[in-house]
Amino acid sequence: MIEGVSLIEILSLTTILFFIGVYGFLTRTNLIAMLMSLELMINAEAINFVAINKYLSPAIMQGQVFSLFIIALAAAETALALAIILHLFRLTDSIDVKDVEELKY
Amino acid sequence: MERVIFYILAFLIIGLALMSITTKKLYRATMYLLFVLVSISGIYFLMEYNFMGAVQLSVYAGGIMVLFIYAVLLTDQIGKPLRDTSWKRKLLAGIISMGAAALSIYAIVTFQGINKTFEPTVTRVEDIGEKLLSYEPGGFVLPFEVISILLLAAMIGAIVIAKAKKLVNQEKN
Repeated sequence: MIEGVSLIEILSLTTILFFIGVYGFLTRTNLIAMLMSLELMINAEAINFVAINKYLSPAIMQGQVFSLFIIALAAAETALALAIILHLFRLTDSIDVKDVEELKY
Repeated sequence: MERVIFYILAFLIIGLALMSITTKKLYRATMYLLFVLVSISGIYFLMEYNFMGAVQLSVYAGGIMVLFIYAVLLTDQIGKPLRDTSWKRKLLAGIISMGAAALSIYAIVTFQGINKTFEPTVTRVEDIGEKLLSYEPGGFVLPFEVISILLLAAMIGAIVIAKAKKLVNQEKN
């Protein structure tokens, strides 16, 4: 835990960060920019796991270990999503959501 | 002192995140996101979870951001401004996200039972390693193995997807 900072402040920070990500995900039309908003949301959740674990039950370390799994999952997801985006760019010459209409290989 | 640093980091995170989702240049958005991720690793260092801060710096700010930068460069988006959405959609998204954020913060502030205080604890790397490889109740050896298989599958999948067109052409020839 951080000295002089309560859990409420950290949770408010991560809530604001998460909903900034939600706003970006709803308003962006570029696939890479949408993926970046997703990264903001994932990061907010990882801070939440660590902060709640550190403040409420520091003896068991489940939240801290799970935040590591979150980072591993986010890395795998980003690599796959960017591979799909690169493939889409080769097929359609654009990475805008309005040009990505077909799921055909 | 920690409080001041926390607030500086919080303003950096929120301001840079807002700039990252509102800027019209994709490459600049990537750079702002990089600084957001570095500031988040500062939060982990403040919480005495040094291993997670190092992982955040090396995996996120190092690895994932390089992937993003390469994707931006390979898709030829560096000079083009992003397509703007209609103001109706922005207004609707702003109302939805601000309302949901206000509701969540209200729920956090009024919730009882998160005022317990403990001594500050330092998370050591040895504890994390023992937890990850422990078979006892509370151990994480099964998720650890599942994650390793998932990373292998993601790696093979990314290679296959990114090379798909070339392989098809070779089969036709």
